[in-house]
Amino acid sequence: MSDTFDVIVIGAGPGGYVAAIRAAQLGMSVACVDKGTAPGGTCLNIGCIPSKALLQSSEKFAEANHALAVHGIKAGKIELDLATMLARKDKVVAENTRGVDYLFRKNKVAYVKGAARFIAKDKLAIAGADGKTQEVSAGKAIIIATGSDSMSLPGVAIDEKSIISSTGALALAAVPKRLVVIGGGYIGLEMGSVWRRLGAEVTVVEFLDRITPTMDQEVGKALQSALTKQGFTFRLGTKVTAAKKANGALALVLEAAQGGKPEELACDVVLVSVGRRPFTDGLGLDAVGVKCDNKGRVMVDAGFATNVPGIYAIGDVIAGPMLAHKASEEGVVLVETLAGQRPSLDYNAIPAVIYTHPEVASVGKTEEELKAAGIVYRVGKFPFSANGRARANADTEGFVKILADKASDRVLGVHIIGADAGTMIAEAALAMEFGASAEDIARTVHAHPTLNEAVKEAALAAEGHAIHI
Amino acid sequence: MPTEIKVPALGESVTEATVARWLKQPGDVVAMDDPLVELETDKVTLEVNAPAAGTLTEVVAGEGSNVAVGAVLGRIGEGGAKATASAKPAAAPKAAPAPAPQPAPPPAASPAASSSGNGADLLARSGPAVRKLAAETQIDVTKVTPTGKDGRLTKTDVASAAAKPATPPPPPVARAPRELGPREERVKMTRLRRRIAERLKEAQNTAAMLTTFNEVDMTEVLALRERYRESFEKQHGVRLGFMSIFAKACIVALKEIPAANGEIDGEDIIYKNHYDIGIAVGTEQGLVVPVVRDADQLSFAEIEKRVADLGRRARDGKLSLDELSGGTFTITNGGVYGSLLSTPILNPPQSAILGMHKIQKRPVVVGDKVEVRSMMYLALSYDHRLIDGREAVTFLVRVKDCIEDPQRMLFGV
Repeated sequence: MSDTFDVIVIGAGPGGYVAAIRAAQLGMSVACVDKGTAPGGTCLNIGCIPSKALLQSSEKFAEANHALAVHGIKAGKIELDLATMLARKDKVVAENTRGVDYLFRKNKVAYVKGAARFIAKDKLAIAGADGKTQEVSAGKAIIIATGSDSMSLPGVAIDEKSIISSTGALALAAVPKRLVVIGGGYIGLEMGSVWRRLGAEVTVVEFLDRITPTMDQEVGKALQSALTKQGFTFRLGTKVTAAKKANGALALVLEAAQGGKPEELACDVVLVSVGRRPFTDGLGLDAVGVKCDNKGRVMVDAGFATNVPGIYAIGDVIAGPMLAHKASEEGVVLVETLAGQRPSLDYNAIPAVIYTHPEVASVGKTEEELKAAGIVYRVGKFPFSANGRARANADTEGFVKILADKASDRVLGVHIIGADAGTMIAEAALAMEFGASAEDIARTVHAHPTLNEAVKEAALAAEGHAIHI
Repeated sequence: MPTEIKVPALGESVTEATVARWLKQPGDVVAMDDPLVELETDKVTLEVNAPAAGTLTEVVAGEGSNVAVGAVLGRIGEGGAKATASAKPAAAPKAAPAPAPQPAPPPAASPAASSSGNGADLLARSGPAVRKLAAETQIDVTKVTPTGKDGRLTKTDVASAAAKPATPPPPPVARAPRELGPREERVKMTRLRRRIAERLKEAQNTAAMLTTFNEVDMTEVLALRERYRESFEKQHGVRLGFMSIFAKACIVALKEIPAANGEIDGEDIIYKNHYDIGIAVGTEQGLVVPVVRDADQLSFAEIEKRVADLGRRARDGKLSLDELSGGTFTITNGGVYGSLLSTPILNPPQSAILGMHKIQKRPVVVGDKVEVRSMMYLALSYDHRLIDGREAVTFLVRVKDCIEDPQRMLFGV
């Protein structure tokens, strides 16, 4: 293998592997270095994909238990085979990572297993699992795409047995009787959903007085009430000060966020999901002088260039939402720019999805953001309870909410809570990329009967004349 | 009502000037016809005078800015001189600037930017693929006719606009100024200097230029001048110099070799039946070439008077643009600075230029004897595209003949 490449990407997650493949498509010689056992990064190995596999399986379990009778299906005794469920998840992960392997070979990207460390601005030392170190040099660019790692909470040490991170939450050997999720963000809610559906009593402890704080508040409240109906307990405005283990019993010490009388919450497993931090450990950024901000994020300009010429960074390791698709697009934009093209990325049109049931998906501005910015807007809302397909599906929870500029009618934000919100949001993102008006969506013919009709109706509602409500 | 101070007509083929210096500052009281501002053009520096009395309320074109003919340089408000006259002293000029109308805010500052004329907005509505293509092709999207829904650009709109060669190629990127050394200084070229540089290079780039030489025995002319110096000066109030004699000699030669008085225009030659002789004058600002018009119609004394007047005004920077344009042939005298021999560069679109030099006593063979004679080398640079070598040499020989035997000119032989 050659040890000099045009571009070397550190990290084979959705940012890194996509950047590597796109660079190879553009004719560059590319190496992608990753220290994991399989390519794909957090997303494929211990994030998006395995969690979605478990969410799907657990949803089927919940459906079989609670949602078949209404359709006139009588099932016998429903039993959980957790080992098979987890094995299926592992199989999905393996298939996906093998897919990345295949794509690397197809595009002639050199996939180098090992931990990369800068030894010069254009040179990396890669320590392989076999203990050997090799050096690789980049002629054009080194791209840092090392992603992020779960954050820990002082006083609550993760052992991945009874106190777990999201990684441990993907592989619990048994369904815990009582699961406490620390942090009401999307990871905690998704993993809490998995184990709640499989039978755990789930309590979510959140420091702030609301879950998913960056989400449109109306949607956030609807999600909280949907999850409460499913048996979640929410302890908002509450902080965890310590975890206590005694005689095999586990308890968390809680107190009000502003301080107050401590109380103990007994539990069997604690999931710490208080956020993620950019991961640059062992990269040797200091050695070449790459600057990070006070949150440990690699500082880049609008073209993803760090302060060191020839070194770039994308994805979770830089500022912005920690989303796989954001990282991927940044990778594409970066390498296309390196190839002399002039793409751009509209950060306002990046969708975000929470894969609970109902799902929550959003793109653009929230109502709170528009208010704060003093923008005059119109709201168009349409509930799935008035959507024919949702009723036929017997799944009518949620609504579509469209925020449009009052003067220009341009779509400023779309928020969906509903069974298939994550898929439906694509239409809204496309509309925003084209600066579409609510009327543009309303006048686009939507097939009947589909859930997407609710998007069209919400757009009509923004103009004040939804048909079906 | 404020009166606008505008850039006056600058003469033929001059459309632009640089504001060299404001002679009055905003708030100054000005009388009608007071000089207000100096403009520098390719050819001259000229003063713009106040078109009305009042107070200079506003300078629109600052020093160093380039202005076109008719552009507004500044404004004169009422009050000031007039007000002073009407027994409102001191306070009036100060009060005057206040009511002067503010210039309209630039359109960019307008909050209600229209959605149709705004390229950024058009791109925002036209999708990521169009944005990428527009950025890569660098086309001005406001000039593309959108065919998409509600006036959106499509990929095809941008691609076909970019494919059209109609857009002129971007101007070559100016070379970055080089770093200055510790003992160097950088001075901006004046317009005149830039124009001189441009025209000299233009001559070299265009013409097939070469130079032929001869020498002329000045003994006869010196004697002639000695003989009539006093009476000429008494009669005409101007010194009898060599320029009138050389100009007349050149006209004799030009009449014989018409190509030397012509110019190339495209694929044609333009012959001129008038003899407007440019006289190169060195000034502090640079070389200028005022023109003695219809020199063939003028007497020796009239030519001398014109040359003296033009030279003086050239050095004072007071020449009008008309006096600097339209020559058909040029004479340059490097001899006044002591040059013994040089090769002048053409003054385009002219086709020939005579170079005079220093008069120097040299041993010369006359008959079979060596004699001391006052000699001058002559150089004729010419455009070989329309003047043949034989013609160029004949031209110089004719000038030589006329100078060595001035009486020939009297009888036209």
